[in-house]
Amino acid sequence: MSTGVSRGAPEDVLDVLDIGERYREAARGPAQPRRGLPTWARRPDLLLAGAVVLMVLAWAAFPTLFTSQSPVDGVPADRLQGPSAAHLFGTDHLGRDLFSRVVHGARLTLQATVLAVLIGLVVGTLTGLVSGFVRGVVDDVLMRTMDVLLSIPALLLSMALITALGFGTVKVAIAVGIGTVANFARVMRSEVLKVSSAVYVEAARASGVRTTGVLFRHVLPNAAGPVLSLSALEFGVAVLAVSALSFLGFGAPPPAPEWGSLVAGGRDYLATSWWLTTLPGVVVAAVVLSANRIARALERGTA
Amino acid sequence: MTGYVTRRLGQAVVVLWAAYTVTFVVLYLLPSDPVEIMLAGGQGGEQSTVDPAQVAALRHEYGLDEPLPVQYVHALWRTLHLDFGRSIQNGAPVTSLIGDALPQTAVLAASALAVALVLGVGIAFLSTWVRRSWVRTLLLALPPLGVSLPTFWVGLLLVQVFSFRIPVFPALGNQGFATLVLPSVTLAVPVSASIAQVLARGLRTALAEPYVETARAKGASRARVHLRHAFRNATIPALTIVGVIVGNLLAGAVVVETVFSRVGIGRLTVTAVNGQDIPLVQGLVLLAAAVFVATNLVVDLLYPVVDPRIRVVGVPRRPRAVTRTLVGSAS
Repeated sequence: MSTGVSRGAPEDVLDVLDIGERYREAARGPAQPRRGLPTWARRPDLLLAGAVVLMVLAWAAFPTLFTSQSPVDGVPADRLQGPSAAHLFGTDHLGRDLFSRVVHGARLTLQATVLAVLIGLVVGTLTGLVSGFVRGVVDDVLMRTMDVLLSIPALLLSMALITALGFGTVKVAIAVGIGTVANFARVMRSEVLKVSSAVYVEAARASGVRTTGVLFRHVLPNAAGPVLSLSALEFGVAVLAVSALSFLGFGAPPPAPEWGSLVAGGRDYLATSWWLTTLPGVVVAAVVLSANRIARALERGTA
Repeated sequence: MTGYVTRRLGQAVVVLWAAYTVTFVVLYLLPSDPVEIMLAGGQGGEQSTVDPAQVAALRHEYGLDEPLPVQYVHALWRTLHLDFGRSIQNGAPVTSLIGDALPQTAVLAASALAVALVLGVGIAFLSTWVRRSWVRTLLLALPPLGVSLPTFWVGLLLVQVFSFRIPVFPALGNQGFATLVLPSVTLAVPVSASIAQVLARGLRTALAEPYVETARAKGASRARVHLRHAFRNATIPALTIVGVIVGNLLAGAVVVETVFSRVGIGRLTVTAVNGQDIPLVQGLVLLAAAVFVATNLVVDLLYPVVDPRIRVVGVPRRPRAVTRTLVGSAS
């Protein structure tokens, strides 16, 4: 129900909340397996979400398959035209096709997003793994550091990093990625704590498997599930953060198209050309909504 | 209790010190040279030709020619005296720049919070109150949507509709109540979504508890069960996200104040980052951390007041703060 909350939500709160859920489940009796339709047909919303994400990833990978018009060169005669068959999303003040700019913009925006999530995933997962497995002082130091990172609102932390790093798509990605490290670290650590006390880990240790072997062969694969659903959630969050920072003007310099800067570019024509801000924003919202929908499904599946 | 308060206060101070250290490390120790950033005039750190004497003078002025640990101790000492240095862009003291902008943002955040509370509580309450299942489904679909919409886009849509199509509210500025409406609503969208999510879940859980059954069996009306029994218990988990909400309001103000051209902390942050104004950025980030830490401290101290069961156990423990919601306090 609460994609948003359950991520950052402390395990203990969820435990408290789950008591009620369990109570209701017990009252309902064991779940009956549903027959007939395959899983994907029962979840048309999930199917749609997957399709949206795959489509924008395809835009990013092969933009020229989806539009033949140039994202950078415009036809001045066609400036500020509304959406039509020739220009799906209309044209901007230089006569550039907006749909083409959105499709090509997917590349920069999604590159930054994927890079940000990867940074968070790799750094955060390793931190959580070490923290949960080694414990003791190392755990304390690492987790207190994560707490401090969480005490600064993510967008402001990213902006501080951008101040030091400078502007550009990659730098925005790094800044957003560092902002997500703490979330990954906390989820990973709590999973590692759970898995480390499992009998098979004890058995692996007793039979003489080296620490790194235990860590990467037994603990990591078994702790990875919730981290995966967190990645899907962070993908949505990162799309929002990357486009917000790009909207504020910290992304790629013009004329390179980015989803955030496309919306920003339409600000001067709000009164006359609604499509310039509305349509790129719809794309961003659809992608984030889809990523959250997938994250929620993954969360249920791995819980 | 006194011991607990003292310990909790101590923790808050340590977190603030650590946050200071993090910003110092980020802003002064990263490979980029602060002096060159300052002289580049905020063009994204592009290299420009500068006079070496000028560099040395600036380095000396900001104490950047000293060894790093010395710099750090000096800076920390000044910060303890609430001296964040001077803005690089216009030479004004950082504290007075922040002090001038803070009231505007406080008003915006407060009115956004009011809107968000009405929306969030309303949605959560109706989603458990209404019996028609399609209405419930519709209401429960709103929060996930609310956290997925880019704030800057929501703001621009509102301007488009309510300033240009149907001119009811001004599109920008800080003058008077009318200019506050659209920014507050924009800022309230993601915040109300997180409130609704936590509260709806809390309500559902509470309504499934045995004590609700008992209350019903004793003949309490539906409204009484909802308001008196379920709602009070549902607000306890919701308290954990107060810190997140405050963080989201601050981060959201960055975007909202830019969209609506309002004076305030958020706008100041954007100009500071644009001008790579390191002392100002540091002051603003510290302010955000301080607000966050103070909010969590207050929530922690309020816990036993709100939930008497915690008092009975003796040690006031609360679930760890939810530090960020889906919104990631981002856009």
